[in-house]
Amino acid sequence: MNLLRKNDLKMLVFSVALFAVLQVLISERILSSFWQLNLVIIGINIILAASLNLINGYTGQFSLGHAGFMAVGAYVGVVLTTNFGVPFPVALVAGGIAAGFLGFLIGLPTLRLRGDYLAIATLGMGEIIRIVIMNIQYVGGAAGFKGIPHHTTFAWVFFLMLFTLFFIKNFVNSAHGRACLAIRENEIAAESMGVNTTRYKVMAFTIGAAFAGIAGGLFAHSFYLITPASFTFMQTFNYLIMVVMGGLGSITGSIAGAFVVTFISAALASWPEFRMIIYAVALILLMFYRPQGLFGYMELTNMGFLRKIFKKGGDANA
Amino acid sequence: MELLQQVVQQLINGISLGSIYALIALGYTMIYGIIKLINFAHGDIYMVGAYIGFFAITQGGFSVVPALLISLVTTGLLGMLVERIAYRPLRKAPRISVLITAIGVSFFIEYTSMYFVSPTPRTFPQMFGDVAVSIGGIVINGQQMLILGITAVLMVLLTYIVQKTKTGKAMRAASFDTETAELMGINSDRIISITFGIGSALAAVAGVLVGIYYNSIDPLMGIMPGLKAFVAAVLGGIGILPGAVVGGLILGVVEALVSGFVSSTFRDAAAFAILILVLLVRPAGLFGKNTKEKV
Repeated sequence: MNLLRKNDLKMLVFSVALFAVLQVLISERILSSFWQLNLVIIGINIILAASLNLINGYTGQFSLGHAGFMAVGAYVGVVLTTNFGVPFPVALVAGGIAAGFLGFLIGLPTLRLRGDYLAIATLGMGEIIRIVIMNIQYVGGAAGFKGIPHHTTFAWVFFLMLFTLFFIKNFVNSAHGRACLAIRENEIAAESMGVNTTRYKVMAFTIGAAFAGIAGGLFAHSFYLITPASFTFMQTFNYLIMVVMGGLGSITGSIAGAFVVTFISAALASWPEFRMIIYAVALILLMFYRPQGLFGYMELTNMGFLRKIFKKGGDANA
Repeated sequence: MELLQQVVQQLINGISLGSIYALIALGYTMIYGIIKLINFAHGDIYMVGAYIGFFAITQGGFSVVPALLISLVTTGLLGMLVERIAYRPLRKAPRISVLITAIGVSFFIEYTSMYFVSPTPRTFPQMFGDVAVSIGGIVINGQQMLILGITAVLMVLLTYIVQKTKTGKAMRAASFDTETAELMGINSDRIISITFGIGSALAAVAGVLVGIYYNSIDPLMGIMPGLKAFVAAVLGGIGILPGAVVGGLILGVVEALVSGFVSSTFRDAAAFAILILVLLVRPAGLFGKNTKEKV
């Protein structure tokens, strides 16, 4: 326990230092506005990938509805800030709660399904959310919601991302998290050991959806306009690629996946076909040769070489 | 009277559209029945079929039936190739890995075709535009007759293959229990390959028919019909051939009624709502039997 807290503290110090460096680079305009936007997007993608990983990777429930929850958070957020003048953080939290609540409602019946059935049912749910939004004229329908104030700054994204990662890490390491892992490894065995599988599956699903909602709010407030077309299931596949590439069940993996995918997208922005072909080939090759993803179940903090570095920092009872 | 006429007209539109879903759903259900894989790429195979038909008609100057045959054979081979390259190496892998691979294959087919044929939609040449039968104000046009006729022929043919031939018997055996079928001397790899071939050929025909029906094809046209055909397969009971046909027809009719009387924007939502309802109320589908899970 002691070790965990010390490691947490080190990671926190490291993250704040990283933030300081990036923030200086941004405010001194060393990074072009293109890369600034990309930093923001990477942060948002990390939140989305990590929250999807909680559902798909740690709990083993293959969900494809993430973009729908993101849309709910985004729309609730922008309506609150633009039409009601609610402060940005409150709107973000409200969006997260709305998405989480919807995740709870959807999760309760659908999580009875397994594997590929669950995948296609959540995909359908996500699409239904999008189509319903498209038919609400109050939020602009298919044309989208215009005139969103630009509230999302790098600082907001970075610290919310940090919060998400710590939350998910602590959740996974808690008793609840171990129950989720047990469900992933073998649902029937977990159930017969007394794990209330429905409860933990819905819990993971709700938390994942809530973070997707927060990320949706951040996403929406970094653009002037959002349309329902930004939240199709193709978007979910993007996050799925990040999670699978990084490793189903590794937070480090989700971070790395979000980085790689966002960079590839940015670098190949003018050749969209090639980008998708590269993703496709990468997915297939990964499943052939490394189905557990780049990091598998590993975390950066557990890897040998890093542990040595951390040891030099003084903690000898590691 | 007016309303009744409208309803019947929508029913006919729905059955035409439903036949297309049925043809795609048959492939889904056959493949799922035998290797328990949602072949996400199936909708894209259907798109490739549409393009091959398009090029056969415009570049090759063939008429409809030869174009259909060309598309059927080529796309069937493509389906077998996909299975050989992407799915066979993963026969022993967890199902989620295969599912992710299928998503990858789907992207690959979509975007490589987009690279080769450009993302802009192509206009399918007009066929049977003027032929139409009108009975009491209800119109059945030439394309719809073609769709219904060809679908009926293919279904009879498929029923014959599956029920009467030796290969069909092997297919049924392998989908019932692959391991036991292997013990009985059935080469399951060969049967799976044939299943992919037949399923893809049916999807190709659906693709060409849709091209003729809607006059427009594009590289991403397969995504939605692919998902909906899966819904149809689940609705009828996955792995059951008549179920896929009935599921496809029901889905087509519901969609036509929703877009005719509610709003065409809710069309796609209706299909997914059906899916979720079926999964919650009767997960085995209309024709399926409930099976207990064994540990």
